[in-house]
Amino acid sequence: MGVATATAIVCAAIGLYIGLYLANVPGSAAAVTSSQGTSLYLATVPAAALSDPHNTWVSYYAVNSSGGDWRHDTTYVLPAHTLVHVTIFQYDSPSGIRNQFLSQAQGTTGGTFQVNGAAPEQAIASANTSHIFAVPQLGLSVPLQGVSGTAKNACANAPCSPTANAVEKVTFTFRTPGKGLYRWQCFVPCAAGYIDGFGGPMQTVGYMDGFLKVV
Amino acid sequence: MSAIAISASRPTKSFWQRLGGFNMFTGIALGIAGWFIGYYAIGENITGHTLTYYKAQAGENDIAVCLGYVLGVVGFLVGMGFANYPVRRMLGHPPSLTEHESEGEGAARYFRLCTDHKVVAVQYLIGIGTFFFVGGLNAMFIRTELLSPNTHVFGPNQYLTLVGMHGSMMMGMMTSGILGPFANWVVPLMIGSRRMAFPRIEALTFWLLMAAGVILVTTIFWGGFQTGWTGYQPLGDEGTAGYDAYIGFFGLVGLSMTLLGLNLMATIITMRAPGMTWSRLPIFCWGVVATAILMVLAAPMLIATLLMAGMDRTVQTGFYIAAIGGSAYLFQNLFWVFGHPEVYILALPGFAIVMELLPVFTRKPLWGYRLAVAGLLGVAFLSFFVWQHHLFVSGIDADLRPFYMLSTEMISLPTGFTFLVVMGTLWRGRIRLTVPMLFCVGWIFNFLFGGISGVFLSDVPSDVTTHGSFFSMAHFHYTIMGGLVFTFFAAVYYWGPKMLNVKFDERLGKIHFWTLFVAFNSTFGPLFALGFLGMPRRVVTYPLGLQGLNDWVSISAYCIGLSMLVFLYNVVKSTVFTREPAEDNPWQAKSIEFSLPTPVPVHDFERLPTFDPDPYPYGVEPAPIGAPVPAGGVA
Amino acid sequence: MAQTRHFRNVVMLWLIVTVPFEALMIFVLAPGMPPGNGSVQAAGQVTDNTVLFGLATPVTTAVLVFLGYCLYAFRERDHSSALEGPAIRGDAGVQFWWLLTTTTLVLFLAAYGSIRLLQDGSGGGQGPNPIAVPAMAKGDAPLQVQVVAQQWQFDYRYPKYGFETPDLMLPANTMVEFHVTSLDVIHSFWAYQLGVKADANPGVDNIAYVHTLGPLTINVRCAELCGLWHGYMFDTGHVVPQAEFATWAQQQQTLLAPGSKRLPKYSRTYFPSPVRRSG
Repeated sequence: MGVATATAIVCAAIGLYIGLYLANVPGSAAAVTSSQGTSLYLATVPAAALSDPHNTWVSYYAVNSSGGDWRHDTTYVLPAHTLVHVTIFQYDSPSGIRNQFLSQAQGTTGGTFQVNGAAPEQAIASANTSHIFAVPQLGLSVPLQGVSGTAKNACANAPCSPTANAVEKVTFTFRTPGKGLYRWQCFVPCAAGYIDGFGGPMQTVGYMDGFLKVV
Repeated sequence: MSAIAISASRPTKSFWQRLGGFNMFTGIALGIAGWFIGYYAIGENITGHTLTYYKAQAGENDIAVCLGYVLGVVGFLVGMGFANYPVRRMLGHPPSLTEHESEGEGAARYFRLCTDHKVVAVQYLIGIGTFFFVGGLNAMFIRTELLSPNTHVFGPNQYLTLVGMHGSMMMGMMTSGILGPFANWVVPLMIGSRRMAFPRIEALTFWLLMAAGVILVTTIFWGGFQTGWTGYQPLGDEGTAGYDAYIGFFGLVGLSMTLLGLNLMATIITMRAPGMTWSRLPIFCWGVVATAILMVLAAPMLIATLLMAGMDRTVQTGFYIAAIGGSAYLFQNLFWVFGHPEVYILALPGFAIVMELLPVFTRKPLWGYRLAVAGLLGVAFLSFFVWQHHLFVSGIDADLRPFYMLSTEMISLPTGFTFLVVMGTLWRGRIRLTVPMLFCVGWIFNFLFGGISGVFLSDVPSDVTTHGSFFSMAHFHYTIMGGLVFTFFAAVYYWGPKMLNVKFDERLGKIHFWTLFVAFNSTFGPLFALGFLGMPRRVVTYPLGLQGLNDWVSISAYCIGLSMLVFLYNVVKSTVFTREPAEDNPWQAKSIEFSLPTPVPVHDFERLPTFDPDPYPYGVEPAPIGAPVPAGGVA
Repeated sequence: MAQTRHFRNVVMLWLIVTVPFEALMIFVLAPGMPPGNGSVQAAGQVTDNTVLFGLATPVTTAVLVFLGYCLYAFRERDHSSALEGPAIRGDAGVQFWWLLTTTTLVLFLAAYGSIRLLQDGSGGGQGPNPIAVPAMAKGDAPLQVQVVAQQWQFDYRYPKYGFETPDLMLPANTMVEFHVTSLDVIHSFWAYQLGVKADANPGVDNIAYVHTLGPLTINVRCAELCGLWHGYMFDTGHVVPQAEFATWAQQQQTLLAPGSKRLPKYSRTYFPSPVRRSG
């Protein structure tokens, strides 16, 4: 009887663990709609929060308009057929692009983006690129400028602060398609340590990959 | 019977006393200890520039993980007692061939190293059966995810891990699905040898397989692996430590397969009783020989392939990395040199079981015995010359494609022999549609479609569209699930009662067959269409227009699951609740294993059996020309 | 004799089932099957499949009719009956004819498949030194399109025009020479309606030929498991009239200029960094 109970407990524990693994889906964050239109605020960090199970992995986070309120969400809920203003607080340093043609922005309004509110740009040098926010199904792809590798106040782990840490603020606008589920990813080989820079965080939803849920 | 009587009176031990000593529980404890020693005591203390960088960036340590798995397995085997005999021999003890054989019929035998081939067979049946059901459960999850292209139940990471675990479990564990339980149990009986050539290695193959299965499941601790069962590089190299679990799993499976094949081959070649000549060997044993040859020659290739993958990941060699002089082709080539014989390792025992069972249920001798043997050996031989048909569109050795087209299509010749033998045996027989026979008939139907669809895949112009699509997925499920799994169940219903000394419910068996047969075809038939319509394998989403077919397939797949529950209920009911003892010879079979009492005594035979010149002495000899036909004797 | 009667029954049944089914297969079902007639190569695959279906149908019906007949005519309902079947242990004649028929079928299939393959490559990837070059590709220089696969997107580089784009656009009635390669892991470029499939292997230039016909929408999918977004690695391409293609190419040259000037020199394979684990 004791053996049967012990076996049942062990089996239940294994089942629970597998169930939790299977059900582990990252949370979602919605775009903010105000009088200025619909906006999405994101941040990228060189390493996730210390409390994260993978606290050495690069990651996207959802933040608020002032760069606070950090949430580790990678499913972004957007309204259909709407212009969305995206702001990405970029705390990571550059690591270059594997496919150079991605250094040019595509699919944004006017084919451009802005860095720290400066004049709109079409492309940046590969060597300055830290990440790319891309939605291949929509033909959207924006290179994100990295902070200087020698910056003194570079952020190490999430959460970071736009006032205390070195940051590049990238903004662009794109029009959402009809309702549906679209995936987004990064194209920069930013998963340091992995071959081709494409393992770990680049192949795990919840870090450098996620979904756009257009409703 | 005498062997049982000797061992009946042993002093009873308390539960805790029985838990001590060398058995599965000690094995698990030492296995966990070995893991900690390998991972923390050794692995974490190895340093080096690349490793330090990798640990800091990726938060992982592949060297430690691999060492943990290796020492974990060593610890487990020591705890099981596999080191005892070598140590005893080194200390000068006399040689012995048995361990824990004459200790009565208690359940304890099944949880420790036991050299009785019948005990190992039952261990295999339960162990592999468990993983078969876990693998099947994975398939149910996969089909749940594919119910909708736009709503993800599990998400892409977990989906790919489920796909990989389902494929690996089925291709890895089920490789021994027939040889493990049934060849181990029946081959020594059929050839009159009382034991296998290497009884300890026989037990070792089983426990290695169980260790492998556990290692595979631990992949989810590291986030799973994304490569499917083929584990292609350099994708595998990009993976987290979950891929190390895949390497550990398949490496151990390869080792287990090599040893199992070697053992079976040695047993059949050297241990046949006087009078059991090659031409009297039951066709099942021929199937085992053919499969064992494939295992011994192909599985070491798998071990080598994965060893190189492991070295790429740990000590930074570059076997499979094109940019530094390696080649991704190398992995594909090596993997399929193993992989194509592997699928015949799965299919051939099925052929053998069908040909072994048909004479019993048609009451006729096997039609074309030599042709049957030629078919089995022919498939085994040719299967080493076809592997690059998996790479028809890869651009590798493109000039050789006509050759591989020919060699692949030539496999249908020996396979055709098997079909002719089957058809010849059915012809004018007295066909008894018992449950095992139904599963054999199911095999004929399923494997026919599996084989015919294989012709489309072997033809390069046609393969350009079907390659890597759901069409090829449907094809190999028709040959492996429709071939191996159906004959596995035929064998379970045929030999199972004698192995376990229980009677299965025949009505439930028939319900199991018919539901499985209908649901199987309803699941995998439409997959041919999905492949033709452009759906690649292993995708987490698909065009909206294909949702109807996909939902149909998913619902049919759930019906397969329900059908398996009927089987499970039947097994639990007869082994735990009704426990009605089996008859000695429920099928009026004339083979040797059914001439023994049930349960089969520990040492099998009182005296060595004699062998009929025809291994299938069924049927009425045809009357001389002109003589009156005996009443009812000839159909 | 009972045996002759049974044999005659099986043959008759087989003919009754096979003749209409074969006609249905060859004339109605198979010609309408995928991948359709979107290109010369795709249409060739349809022809090839029709031949295969035509040969497979009588074989399949023969085994099924035989099986069904045996189960019906020779079934013993009384499982405890002591009656046994006739002890027939083989028949040299049957074995000879079986072997002859199946061998002929197999040799025909292999020969036919090889001839069809060598004629125009059938749209499959042929590696860096293709032998099955369609006659048309040898005359006028075919349009070269480099398919660059990476995790997880196909990009198309047009060396003649000097740009790279995520959109596949092809002129109608043109011989196209795809050069498929990968920047990271193994992918497979599958242009479904064109009947083209070629693996993208890092460090390999895998060439596939296709002769486009009229305007067409093409579903492009990745057919080799390449990681997380394998299932989402798809896009839509187009075959358009030649004049429209020329206009499109000119527009793209201007539009993609900022990215194009950063592209590496055109090469048959690429090894961008990083390549190994140490970063």
